[in-house]
Amino acid sequence: MANATLAAPDRDTWPTRLRDIGFWADWAALVGLIVLVVVFQAANPTFLSTGNIQSMLEAAAILIILGVGQTFVIATAGIDLSIASIMTLGAVGFGQAYSAGWGLAASCAVAVAASTLAGLLNGFVVARGKITDFIVTLGMLSAASGLALIVSNGKPVTVIEPALLKLSTNGIGILGWMFIIAAAVAIVAHVVLFHTRFGTHLLATGGSPESATAMGISTARIKIGVYAVAGLLAGLASILLVARVGAAEPAANTSFLLNSVAAVVLGGVSLFGGRATVIGPVIGALLLTALVNGLTLLGVSQFYQPLSVGIVVVLAAFLMRFQR
Amino acid sequence: MTTVKSEPKTAATASDELLRCEDVSLSFGNVRALVDVSVSLRRGEITALVGDNGAGKSTLVRCVSGIHRPDSGRVLFDGTQVDFGSPEDAREAGIETVHQNLALVEDLTVWQNLFLNREIVRRIGPVSFLDRKAMQTRAQEMVSTLAVNVPAVTSRVRRLSGGQRQAVSICRAAGFSSQLVIMDEPTAALGVQETARVEELILKLRDDGHAVLLISHNFAQVMRLSDQVWVMRSGRCVAGRRTAETTGEEIVALITGAQSA
Repeated sequence: MANATLAAPDRDTWPTRLRDIGFWADWAALVGLIVLVVVFQAANPTFLSTGNIQSMLEAAAILIILGVGQTFVIATAGIDLSIASIMTLGAVGFGQAYSAGWGLAASCAVAVAASTLAGLLNGFVVARGKITDFIVTLGMLSAASGLALIVSNGKPVTVIEPALLKLSTNGIGILGWMFIIAAAVAIVAHVVLFHTRFGTHLLATGGSPESATAMGISTARIKIGVYAVAGLLAGLASILLVARVGAAEPAANTSFLLNSVAAVVLGGVSLFGGRATVIGPVIGALLLTALVNGLTLLGVSQFYQPLSVGIVVVLAAFLMRFQR
Repeated sequence: MTTVKSEPKTAATASDELLRCEDVSLSFGNVRALVDVSVSLRRGEITALVGDNGAGKSTLVRCVSGIHRPDSGRVLFDGTQVDFGSPEDAREAGIETVHQNLALVEDLTVWQNLFLNREIVRRIGPVSFLDRKAMQTRAQEMVSTLAVNVPAVTSRVRRLSGGQRQAVSICRAAGFSSQLVIMDEPTAALGVQETARVEELILKLRDDGHAVLLISHNFAQVMRLSDQVWVMRSGRCVAGRRTAETTGEEIVALITGAQSA
């Protein structure tokens, strides 16, 4: 019998790649970001000024961290609708600890612990209670914001802390500390996703839960793990939020939820699970931030921002249909 | 296309016996899926399990591969009684299953699938990192020694043909020093050419010293490949034959109940 042909190699030459619409779909966020940068720079030369780049990276930091957390959940074919509310809960936890005089480190620990616990609870109910991710995290969305209101009695706590002020204003060169933290989170997440067993099992759980189970992977444990990670990152983001706002507010932060999902979708991560990158959602988060920043620079009314974000996300999703 | 003829290499003796099920019974509620089933299979042989839909073939196989636990009866593997609580236990004992749906993850690469949940890791301090290079090299070896049809180990399973996927799944079952490979309808979804290739693979598995337990609806295939046939009907094992001493007609008659053992 004739030996069959070898499977087509994955690496094609550049000209072939560029003609393949699948290549463009895989890199939709990067292409979109470059297009936006070119357009905004042409319309307003201050767009690429050092100051503006610095403020954009700074503004993107929280969204990058939330997007990375959301990526882990979506890679398992789940979705965390509560990620922004959990961040709010973390911020309120910080505020309460801080106003009780616990100091900076303890307040940060409270924020991270509260958020991680909420994420763990999400994971346990999804995995052990066998309830759809959408419903569980929708419940947590409401519960966490409600808890934040109850604990804070609806009042913001002003946080005046030199270290946090430095965090939100200083940095190394053009990179602010907040962006450096977000970049570090992204690098660690990339390593976890592609260089650990947890990462592989997570992608297997999202790609084919039956196959993963048949190979002895506990999909329940993976689910609990990813929601805990999302909670942990929401807690980290809450500290940055407090630093940025200068107060711990029980505000809803709905736009953070929508944008975290949008960043993940823009980044080419499949909502059906099993396919994910970390760099994609990071670029997606940068794109969304650049979009809002550019429109503001051009003097476009704030009211147009949600509209433009919506259009960009749907366009990206359309391009995603051609993914290989 | 090459015709594949199977002949028992040596006269099998009792000591060649690898797996024995004794009076295995299992009920799901009121449904008696298995009733006092006793079968055995030998090392270096392909043993076929045939029967109509719902005869209990898959249930029996699931008892052996650790998915179900028999209500009564014993399963002896390699001379010792075993009681698998999970598929992992069975795998550790050396029983691998090629599932009907192949249990591959389409978005992962061939090597990732081959090492799924058996990844090679390097410890650096408190954390373990995947040794991707080692796994890719090992995967290439596994695929090239076994498969007729070699897919690049870095390609995603999504891009493979049905036969290639089957080859990857069989390859995974054959690796990791397994003694018994169970295959549930390995060629059900394949075309003529791909079926022939997978049959070659199955014969190669046997020649490499694995025992193979094959569930198949294809009588021609059973006659071509197997050394021993067990026939199941409504939860019971009704007959066992050496393939060389039986005919396709007799097997069909045993399955339908037209002939009693």
